[in-house]
Amino acid sequence: MITLTHYLVLSALLFGLGLYAVLTRRNSVAMLMGIELMLNAANINLVAFNKYAAPGAMQGQIFALIVITIAACEAAVGLALILAAYRRFETTYVDELDTMKG
Amino acid sequence: MVGEALAFYLLAAITLASGIVVVTSPNLVHSAVALVPALLGVTGLYILLNAEFLAGVQVLIYAGGITVLILFVIMLTEGATGLRVPQRNEQGPIGAAVAGAAAAVLIAVATRTPWAHGAGVLPSYTPGAIGESFLGPNLLLFEGTSVVLLVTLVGAILIARKED
Amino acid sequence: MDVMPWYVEVLRAIVGTIIIFSAVAIVTAMLGVLLERRISAWIQSRIGPVHVGPRGLLQTVANTVKLLQKEYILPRNADAVIFSSAVIVVPLAALLDYVVLPFGTTRAGPLIYRDLNIGVLYFAATSSLIVVGILMAGWGSNNKYALLGGLRSAAQMVSYEIPIGLVLITIAMLAGSLSTVTIVNAQTHLWFIVSQPVSFVIFFVAAIAEVNRAPFDLVEAESELVAGYFSEYTGMRFALFQLGEYGEMFAMAALAVTLFFGGWQGPVLPSVVWFLIKLYVLVFVFMWVRWTYPRFRIDQLLNFSWKILIPVALANLVVTAFFVIVVH
Repeated sequence: MITLTHYLVLSALLFGLGLYAVLTRRNSVAMLMGIELMLNAANINLVAFNKYAAPGAMQGQIFALIVITIAACEAAVGLALILAAYRRFETTYVDELDTMKG
Repeated sequence: MVGEALAFYLLAAITLASGIVVVTSPNLVHSAVALVPALLGVTGLYILLNAEFLAGVQVLIYAGGITVLILFVIMLTEGATGLRVPQRNEQGPIGAAVAGAAAAVLIAVATRTPWAHGAGVLPSYTPGAIGESFLGPNLLLFEGTSVVLLVTLVGAILIARKED
Repeated sequence: MDVMPWYVEVLRAIVGTIIIFSAVAIVTAMLGVLLERRISAWIQSRIGPVHVGPRGLLQTVANTVKLLQKEYILPRNADAVIFSSAVIVVPLAALLDYVVLPFGTTRAGPLIYRDLNIGVLYFAATSSLIVVGILMAGWGSNNKYALLGGLRSAAQMVSYEIPIGLVLITIAMLAGSLSTVTIVNAQTHLWFIVSQPVSFVIFFVAAIAEVNRAPFDLVEAESELVAGYFSEYTGMRFALFQLGEYGEMFAMAALAVTLFFGGWQGPVLPSVVWFLIKLYVLVFVFMWVRWTYPRFRIDQLLNFSWKILIPVALANLVVTAFFVIVVH
């Protein structure tokens, strides 16, 4: 019997994985992939709450659709920034992009 | 019930295993390709949660769009050739501890709260119903997202353009 | 339709997979390759293969047997995992398209594997999964030409998905649903080809570009890039890529039949026969176009999609929406 708690635990684990990627990876594209995992975890939460806690409404799915759209926008702009930074600094590793440091 | 439980555990296993490959693989192209089964696992979970339109949109945009974009950028920059460069920075253990703590707090909250199960019949989440909802109560959300998409389109092209 | 127990559904999925795979592999890929060679021969005033089997019908069987006994080559320094998984992704995504295509109707209901209520959206989604496989194939080959071919092919397919999506929205608007069976049933009085000729032209051109066929086949033309993203694949793997490509072409033709030509509807003959007749007429037109027109350059290709097809498709969508509101 799959209850709401199962989905919440799964999305918490996925969120933890995404957070680990953002905190520890050096390559900016890898960090972006972690962000996508976190967004997916949040979406699973939204849709699971929609089905189990508020079945009459549709808000959860609508919100999840908007989150997918905004995630696509953010991935596009983020990757454009990475490309522009690569052209200028010849690196995509975030710890080497430190010209504003100090 | 048994079928649903089996499907849930199978999809959860696929999603989490692919997620682990995404965040820990030293080969960046392997990470990007492992994103596809992770996103398809999430698609399966949406279908289990009666959100079919969302599942179709997830495959179309995430697996077919964002993954392709990520692969393009990996192949156009140096990320995929740096196999001898360390991919993990020095905050490895601290990062793992923080992420593990965050997940643990979320799991603790999730398992200890008695969630109120709403009463109500599941409506049919057909595309028509979702469309009517977008043009009815959620119209501002819809129009706002369109503006964001337009700004993103223009912005991404401007940022990624070659300087002449 | 009631929900069956889960093991029955799994069994149905396995049987359906076997049927779809054998039907697509045998009918579309084998027959398609043979048709291509005979039709191209007829257009070029020569005879195609006629020796193997009666009138050359077993030619593709001979080709497949030949390919099966070729050596499997894995290029040195190629990424073995990605190189091998790309072979699975491309045909799998092409075969998944067939789930929502209605091949006819029986007394018990339409002859379709699963009439999803997001049918057309599902088709667009699985077509977009092929791009990931192509990028994997191009990268995993460790070969400049394969990589370039893969990147160009991916750019082309992504660009031409948008006009296809806009045409799908237009037709769904007219029919009132995304389900393929509902779209066919909405054409009982008037086929959509009559009321939406512009949509059909946009869809047809975009479909040719989507399956990487001439005149949009720069990415796999022998004179340009050896064979594009599948240059390094030998033997059965090459055959599987061809299966994916021909399967996708037949799926696009079947979708065009469903969306524009009334699906399985026709006066006297059984519905499956009508569907197959219309399907093969469209496939003939695909092949005719291939052997008639010269090839586009990659920049001409992408310009054509973004600067011409997408504005026309958008204008078509707006005009159709206007008519739907005013007339209904």
